Amino acid sequence: MKKAACLDVQGVTKLFGGLRANDDVHFRVEEGEIVSIIGPNGAGKSTLFNCITGFYKPNSGKVLFFGKDITRLRADKVCRMGIARTFQVVQVIGDMTVLENVMTGALLGCVKIARARDKAEEVLAFTGLLEKKDRLGTELTIAEKKRLEVSMALATQPRLLMLDESMAGLTVVELREMMELIKAVRKSGVTLVVVEHVMEAVMEISDRVVVLNSGRKIMEGPPREVVSNPEVIRAYLGDGYRAVGR
Amino acid sequence: MKGFSSKQIVIGSLVLAVAIVLPLIFTSTFFQHVMILVFMFGVMGVAWNIMGGYAGMFSFGQVAFFGIGAYTSSFLLMTYGVNPWVGLVIGGLVAALVAAALGYPCSNLRGHYFAIASIAFGEIVRTHFNNWKLVGAAEGLSLPMLDGGMKDFMFHSSKLPYYYIVLAFLLLALLVCRMVSRSKMGYYFRAIKESHDVAQVLGINVARYRLVAIMVSAFLTAMAGTFYAQYILYIDPDSVMILPVSVQIVLIAMLGGAGTVMGPLIGAAILMPISEVTRVYLGYKGTGIDMLVYGFLITLISVYQPKGVWGLVSNRAKRVG
Repeated sequence: MKKAACLDVQGVTKLFGGLRANDDVHFRVEEGEIVSIIGPNGAGKSTLFNCITGFYKPNSGKVLFFGKDITRLRADKVCRMGIARTFQVVQVIGDMTVLENVMTGALLGCVKIARARDKAEEVLAFTGLLEKKDRLGTELTIAEKKRLEVSMALATQPRLLMLDESMAGLTVVELREMMELIKAVRKSGVTLVVVEHVMEAVMEISDRVVVLNSGRKIMEGPPREVVSNPEVIRAYLGDGYRAVGR
Repeated sequence: MKGFSSKQIVIGSLVLAVAIVLPLIFTSTFFQHVMILVFMFGVMGVAWNIMGGYAGMFSFGQVAFFGIGAYTSSFLLMTYGVNPWVGLVIGGLVAALVAAALGYPCSNLRGHYFAIASIAFGEIVRTHFNNWKLVGAAEGLSLPMLDGGMKDFMFHSSKLPYYYIVLAFLLLALLVCRMVSRSKMGYYFRAIKESHDVAQVLGINVARYRLVAIMVSAFLTAMAGTFYAQYILYIDPDSVMILPVSVQIVLIAMLGGAGTVMGPLIGAAILMPISEVTRVYLGYKGTGIDMLVYGFLITLISVYQPKGVWGLVSNRAKRVG
């Protein structure tokens, strides 16, 4: 029998009234992979994220995590199963320090504050935020907040980390740092699914790319194949354009 | 005590010593009465702070828990002769159960919506008691005279025992709040206050932790209710279940410093004397003057120091070293 995939999304459909935000979406993520989900605005990427992480209940379809059915689990239970996520609009706890933010994540599965502090400091050393640990969440730059959000997610000790546009709005240097961090996270044994618009990053970090358009998956494959696919180009640029080298 | 710095222990013991000696020096009953109210509202401010200041549930219905505590112990004493100390515990438990019944359906309400629901809750409870014959309806309950003494939680000749009892309640509330704020629960409450989404992705069962916050808060508030009943020996819905008392509790915590352990006590120490003094010296004509002063103070605080008076004090202390 085949080893269960880290994440197995089977025919997820999510309706908002008459709108099919996700329409029968299938894809698998093997353990240790980095898979990117791309698509034009409104393609249903964030909706899919929310269906997988328990923020939305899909109308039909299944989500399996290492073979276990997690469809319709509450978001906090999904987290306890081992899936951590970040948000498109960065969310940290503003009136806590960086360290306290990460400690709150580290308190999952541990009661002792001192133990959580040690764990949080370890994570911050890994993500490179240790020297900012006494800053308040509100005092951080966007790039630092995004990095903090990833740190909080990692502190819950996930097996799968899902990042929703962690690279949007970063400077070139910050972008590079975030890509390095993502690679380091994978190296530490965590599987990643990322929603991303920054193609430069998608091309470099992804093993595979899943393309959504109007709620449907239109293509899946290695990054190089995906960007030269005519249907993908049409989805982004409209019917008037053709792939180069026709 | 675990986790207290030596400076905190010194200052804390000094303040406590002063609080113990104070009513022996200033023996006027008015002074003692005001201090008793400061401590009693201090208890309720601290209790509000656990659910409002830490967990972000802005309750404007705290008076319902206060009233339920007062009514439960008084009713049990009058009808079944239950000792008020036992009534105190039962009242706290009843309030916590009612709080759970309120908290469960409201577990998804955030921000203003929770505040509105809590106002409705307080008013529903008040209206109910106002018409409930079994507990005296609008006429309220007059507590029977017992012999008096610590065992009966009733003292006829002096306010001093009440003063020390409510001081002990306040210490208990402060300790509970401090323990909560430094525990896993405290971290989780603050995450929930920031946003339910953040809390959930950190694996926090938002509904359960909110329920715990509201139940602890209700229990402590109900203790103050039983204390009030034993102190005044008469309760009716118009004294222990009206909205202005709920508002006063919120103001006390906000003025002193929401989300800090000591803040609500500071708030009570500022606001209660103002409201008692205006009430006594201006009488009926003075109604509302305390609210004018409150409003002014709250405006100042929210403009200059959203962390309340305690925020001012602790910032100053940090700067000095």
